[in-house]
Amino acid sequence: MTKSELIAELSAANPHLTGRDVELIVATIFNEITVALSRGERVELRGFGAFTVKRRDARTGRNPRTGEAVPVDEKAVPFFKAGKELRERVNRPKVAARAAPARASG
Amino acid sequence: MNTVTRAHLTETIYTQVGLSRNESADLLETVLQRMSIALETGESVKISGFGTFSVRQKGRRIGRNPKTGVEVPILPRRVLVFRPSHVLKAHVNHATPDADGDGDDE
Repeated sequence: MTKSELIAELSAANPHLTGRDVELIVATIFNEITVALSRGERVELRGFGAFTVKRRDARTGRNPRTGEAVPVDEKAVPFFKAGKELRERVNRPKVAARAAPARASG
Repeated sequence: MNTVTRAHLTETIYTQVGLSRNESADLLETVLQRMSIALETGESVKISGFGTFSVRQKGRRIGRNPKTGVEVPILPRRVLVFRPSHVLKAHVNHATPDADGDGDDE
C-alpha cells in the first residue's frame, strides 16, 4: 500500500470529504509525527506503535569496497516500535486465526 | 520528554483541516486501521517522504533466558519493521532533506 492508495481508500470510505481534504489529513498526520520527532519528542499511538529518536554515537566506519576507514558523525535515527496489538495482528497466522483464536503453542 | 499522542494529532487535524474534533479523531483512527489491515495481510505500507513499514518473516532460532541461561526455542514469527525515508532521517538530524542520498542505508 502506498500513500496514494491509502488516500484513495479513505476517500472512498468518506464520500462527503473532498480529495484535497483527505490528502491534507494524511499529510498532516505524517508531517506532525515528523515535526515531533525532529523536536526530539516521542509519538505514542496506543495499539499501533511508538515513534522515537535514537542517538547513535560517532564511530569509525569503513568503506566496504575499499576497506578505507571513514569517520561517521554522531547522528539521530528515527525508530518505530510496533504496539502490542499491531505486533500480535501481524504475527497471527491468518487462516488459523479465523478458525480458532487460540494462540499457537508449538 | 514530551510525548505526542492521538489527542495531539487529532487537534492538529482539527485546526488544519477544519473538521470537527470527533471526525478528526475518527479519520486518524481510520488511517491507523487501514495501515494495520494492510500490514496484517503481509503487505508493506509505503509512505513517501516518511518511510516504509514492512513485515519480515523470522526463522526459528534458539534463544537464551539472559537471567537463567536456560535455552528456549524462539518460534518462527512475523515482525514489523519500519525503514525511515531519507527525508525523515534528515529531519531528525536537522539537515536539509535533499542533502543528497548520503549513501548510507541503515
